[in-house]
Amino acid sequence: MYEAMREAVRAYDPARASKSALVGGEGEKMRNAREAGNLICGDFIGHTMEIALKLGESNACMRRIVAAPTAGSCGVVPAVLLAMEAERGFPRERMIHALYVAAGIGGVIANRAFIAGAAGGCQAEIGTASAMAAGAAVFLMGGGADAIASAAALTLKNLMGLVCDPVAGLVEIPCVKRNAMGAVNALICADEALAGIYSKIPPDQVIDAMRAVGKAMPDDLKETGTGGLAATPWGIEVGEKIGPLS
Amino acid sequence: MNILDIIGPVMVGPSSSHTAGAVRIGLAARKLLGEEVRKAEIYFHGSFMATGRGHGTDRAVVAGLLGFAVEDERIPESFAYAGESGLAFSIRGIDLGDDVHANTVKMNICGESGRGLEVIASSIGGGRIWIDEIDGLNINVGGEYPTLIVHNLDEPGHVTGVTSLLADRSVNIAAMQLYRMGRGGEAVMVLECDQEIPGEAILCLRRLDGIRKVTYLNMGIGHETEEGHVRLSGEDNHGYKGKKMGFLADRAGG
Ligand code: SF4
Repeated sequence: MYEAMREAVRAYDPARASKSALVGGEGEKMRNAREAGNLICGDFIGHTMEIALKLGESNACMRRIVAAPTAGSCGVVPAVLLAMEAERGFPRERMIHALYVAAGIGGVIANRAFIAGAAGGCQAEIGTASAMAAGAAVFLMGGGADAIASAAALTLKNLMGLVCDPVAGLVEIPCVKRNAMGAVNALICADEALAGIYSKIPPDQVIDAMRAVGKAMPDDLKETGTGGLAATPWGIEVGEKIGPLS
Repeated sequence: MNILDIIGPVMVGPSSSHTAGAVRIGLAARKLLGEEVRKAEIYFHGSFMATGRGHGTDRAVVAGLLGFAVEDERIPESFAYAGESGLAFSIRGIDLGDDVHANTVKMNICGESGRGLEVIASSIGGGRIWIDEIDGLNINVGGEYPTLIVHNLDEPGHVTGVTSLLADRSVNIAAMQLYRMGRGGEAVMVLECDQEIPGEAILCLRRLDGIRKVTYLNMGIGHETEEGHVRLSGEDNHGYKGKKMGFLADRAGG
């Protein structure tokens, strides 16, 4: 799976556009900005964002990706793992271990709450991916179980309430960019946990809160493409242009 | 929960329900037909109709009918492949009513021998599918187990005949459903099994007295390749059984 993630990044093609033509070329732009040394965040964060954008984009353009935990959020975990590997040269086996840590965190959230935008909003989807990535990052840096769980909890706290509002119901806008945000959020939370800044609220309770918020979200804001950004005049116009199937 | 329930499958985007699930529905229909599909009338309901084009659901279903797997990069170009391999298809919208799942497709397909089949199936999240109806009959199977669908005359003894034939081949039955059109008419058994059913057993079944038709569905889901493993989301894996779903616990975003 880890290799499939790497391969998906390698196979990235900036010339591909999504069906709606709304998405394409974002990852390439980020790479150019990195090369020009223009990034406020620096090269490592830039690399993380670049991978996340590339994969989010590839997904929208019907390329092969690894759902982690979903197709819409497929860029978050690989972005953090691959960028950290490139930066610090962890051995392969450790990277695979980190992937297990990520999967474990995703499993806990799936069992306690949900991991799909349609079920619990983007907080559940990008949120879970971000929690998985943060835990894996802490593990890579040698953090213990408490720090890992805390990092995961911090990501969910930061994303609490984020709605799922894809324009025209397509996994494109805002999804591609939310992958970059989810990845960087994971790095922030991992560093907090590694610095000893833990989540005061126990992680399980954070997940339960996320579940409750997701349950309370109206259907408009759960992937139906009818609320939030999808309901902006621009979003509605795009939706009308693409049109339904018949 | 398996690690692959969270990381994976390897698939062609953008959506596990609207793309990967749609490919699997096409594959299931192809397997149910048991031969190359020559003609397909495809009808999209609900969210499949509303956002299917943008999610590539149309191309995904056709890809499945052609036998492509969920990670096959030819999926986006499946229409062209259909042209090459002589599959004629049409895609329209349909309203199947309020109590079917939002991601549902109805298909009338026809194979090279002229055999026809009507299937209604839903993509219920994370790439998992649910077959609602075959030839107008509610069957409600997920396709995660090797499944036998046997049409027989509604007479005593056929259930025993079928089950003992399976028992002789050490095939264990995980779940069984029985239906009939009316007393003494045609009846249908749907058997979900733990083991694959040998081709020879299916031939024997077809030869049994009073058996009208035997259809075998083996998607190999759950034990196909690592990549093909189907994931369960926390929301929809609790005791779900039955086709009327009030939820959209969908990982479409997802
Ligand atoms: S907005 Fe919805 S579809 Fe897009 S990434 Fe978030 S959860 Fe997925």
